[in-house]
Amino acid sequence: MNTDISQQLQQQVVQAYEQVTALRIIGGNSKAFYGRADDRLLSAEILNVSGHRGVLSYEPTELVITARAGTPLAEIEKLLDDNGQMLAFEPPAFAESATIGGTIACNLSGPRRAYVGAARDFLLGCKIINGKGEIMSFGGEVMKNVAGYDVSRLMAGALGTLGVLLEVSLKVLPKTEMVETQLFHCSSIEALNKIHSWSQTPLPISASSFHDSVLRIRLSGAAKSVQAARDTVGGESVDNAEQYWHQLKEHKLDFFATEKPLWRISLASDIETFTAENDSNFLYEWGGALRWLKTETPAEIIQQAAADVDGHAILFRHSEQQTCFQTLSPGLLRIHQNLKQGFDPKNILNPGKLYPEL
Amino acid sequence: MYSSENIESKISKTALIQALQHFMAAESVLFDEEDLKPYECDGLSAYRAIPLIVVLPETIEQVQRVLTLCHENMIPVVARGAGTGLSGGALPHEQGVLLSLAKFKNILHIDPNRRIARVQPGVRNLAISQAVDQFGLYYAPDPSSQIACTIGGNVAENSGGVHCLKYGLTVHNIQQLKIITIDGELLTIGGSGLDSAGYDLLALMTGSEGMLGVIVEVTVKLLPKPERAQVLLAAFDDVVNAGEAVGNIIAAGIIPAGLEMMDRLAIQAAEDFVHAGYPLDAEAILLCELDGTNEEVSEHVSKVRGVLKQSGATEVRTAKDEAERLTFWAGRKAAFPAVGRLSPDYYCMDGTIPRKQLPQVLKAMADLSKEYELRVANVFHAGDGNLHPLILYDANIPCELERTEEFGGKILELCIKVGGTITGEHGVGMEKINQMCVQFNSLELQQFHAVKAAFDPQGLLNPGKAVPTLHRCAEFGAMHIHRGELPFPELERF
Repeated sequence: MNTDISQQLQQQVVQAYEQVTALRIIGGNSKAFYGRADDRLLSAEILNVSGHRGVLSYEPTELVITARAGTPLAEIEKLLDDNGQMLAFEPPAFAESATIGGTIACNLSGPRRAYVGAARDFLLGCKIINGKGEIMSFGGEVMKNVAGYDVSRLMAGALGTLGVLLEVSLKVLPKTEMVETQLFHCSSIEALNKIHSWSQTPLPISASSFHDSVLRIRLSGAAKSVQAARDTVGGESVDNAEQYWHQLKEHKLDFFATEKPLWRISLASDIETFTAENDSNFLYEWGGALRWLKTETPAEIIQQAAADVDGHAILFRHSEQQTCFQTLSPGLLRIHQNLKQGFDPKNILNPGKLYPEL
Repeated sequence: MYSSENIESKISKTALIQALQHFMAAESVLFDEEDLKPYECDGLSAYRAIPLIVVLPETIEQVQRVLTLCHENMIPVVARGAGTGLSGGALPHEQGVLLSLAKFKNILHIDPNRRIARVQPGVRNLAISQAVDQFGLYYAPDPSSQIACTIGGNVAENSGGVHCLKYGLTVHNIQQLKIITIDGELLTIGGSGLDSAGYDLLALMTGSEGMLGVIVEVTVKLLPKPERAQVLLAAFDDVVNAGEAVGNIIAAGIIPAGLEMMDRLAIQAAEDFVHAGYPLDAEAILLCELDGTNEEVSEHVSKVRGVLKQSGATEVRTAKDEAERLTFWAGRKAAFPAVGRLSPDYYCMDGTIPRKQLPQVLKAMADLSKEYELRVANVFHAGDGNLHPLILYDANIPCELERTEEFGGKILELCIKVGGTITGEHGVGMEKINQMCVQFNSLELQQFHAVKAAFDPQGLLNPGKAVPTLHRCAEFGAMHIHRGELPFPELERF
């Protein structure tokens, strides 16, 4: 399917700008749970980007794909897979309806993130509608581009609060030849020690996780290289582990089946104890740099603990998310507000989705 | 020609010097003509300006006080690292303070577990890799000036190098910045994890060319040194085949660590200069570096050799040892000075194009070369499409620099036309300010100005660089009608 509704979307934004009407931007609605719940969003008019779809250009040897924001993530991943390539940041979809625009707006990345980079690292350019209804392009379809400020990457993770994504260009990579997973039974501290001894050597690690006293390491690369690495790290070989990594990425492991609030904590990989929480409430990814925590502990305590180690905590999934993202310092908040003003002066794009002040 | 923006200062030079000397040692505040002279240009020496004052602070607090003082008195501030930039980004402002970060040269902390180093902005790029070598780690981005250029400048320009396709640019290899805003506030951007809360200000700062804040500390990410690196050299009797070979390597599922192309003139210049053993009868050579584990490199070398032969290489050599690998690279790394020996002056361009457009762009460049009667040598980061055409000229011949600039401008516009960009890694600075009017329309430029205003509403940081005013574009457009359309029709002409 290939449909261009950019004019329609632009008109709706222009009208909302003139009438000062809040817009709630949705793509596949697969990640609607992510971000703050805000009264302004409840009463907002919906701006549905999912009809704006289609791959606009893809040449495997250029390592770049450009697609309209409403293009289903699954369609893009299938096309890349057919050509032996992939989105190396392994984005979670969370539902079949997920779109590439939503993927970039949320800047969520999967298990490979610690080893190759996040969604933002693969974003080369984008076309947006700002809060005044102006269509603009930034970045491009080339790997190296330093003309003007990096407005494209600013869009990644902005949750639509600075602009409506219309098109994105992403760098893609060849799939790896061989994938193996090794498993170890150990404590969390032993797991971190192992990971840190490996991460200082050029092993082809492409994912890692630790929970329920089990450390898993995924190795990806040229066949001989993976085989040699498997001998170096040791542990038990796991068959059909791809399903495990997929379930981890999509939050379908038993760990994630919980009624408790789920926190996503990003911090230095070698922090041994984060809070006094029970170990079984944690799942580690990204070599220890990402920790999922299910807990009823109040948000202030979790976010203070994250701030104490120079990290940040996001209340990732919960029914009523008022406090969601880590509080910004007054200086940073001022810059955020100024930027918001510069892109969306009437505060109509996803107001309150990221911070109450934006 | 560049003209710096005029800003009405509220303080005399003498009063400003006194105020600066109040919190900085006398030798850290320079104002005599002879002391200012060394700062008159950066790596783009065709453009020069003498600043009002040069300051060399030593502490973050001093930087804060310099900026606060300048902010209160409407004094422009241009930050400078080693001054190796090639786009005039550190060209001083005649009514302003040039803020040198040269004294910030300490490596503050190396953490092998977290694979990071926290460094001051005046630390040289190569010095980081040298300092962390003992842990088997290195800092990946390696601009050709890496012996001299500083990490603060690398962040300001989002510097690249020859390994970008695989390892990314500066923006992919930093984790945290400390910056001082124009009103003197210290901000920490990024964190100790792989991401941080809020907007991606780390990306916004990277490549912002000193327009948004002054960088006073950088935390870089480090990588384990690859077990092995091997380089292949392939000769082609046709640049089109060389270009296709690059695509074929990638189609084979291999991302080389480095993939460089040189054309006939560049090959000859390099060979005369460093005797790397390059084949002089070739129209183009490719240097393909593969790195990784021992097993992986062996596997990939044999694959790539096959691909190169199938792509029509007339000769493929594999460096037989580390010494030969370095010799292969020596020619490429010396290409700029080597070309410099062919001509009194040369002008280095920096466009990026989608790789498939290479044959067409090379052809158009050859035509332009005839039209302007100026020779051009090409070195090309082929893997990522970043072209460095070197235009040979003689500044002593009247009007030859102007002709060279015009030729260079045409090359950049060609890059935009085929879907590329005017700068891959050198930055806009003042050099490409006019071509920004071609690459971006007025709405986009206004959006850039809004970003600038979010950090520096008075426009005191590096005025006149990186993003042109709409009036400047209108003036440029008056002599430059693009695709038969008058650019910026909404602006009045003068």
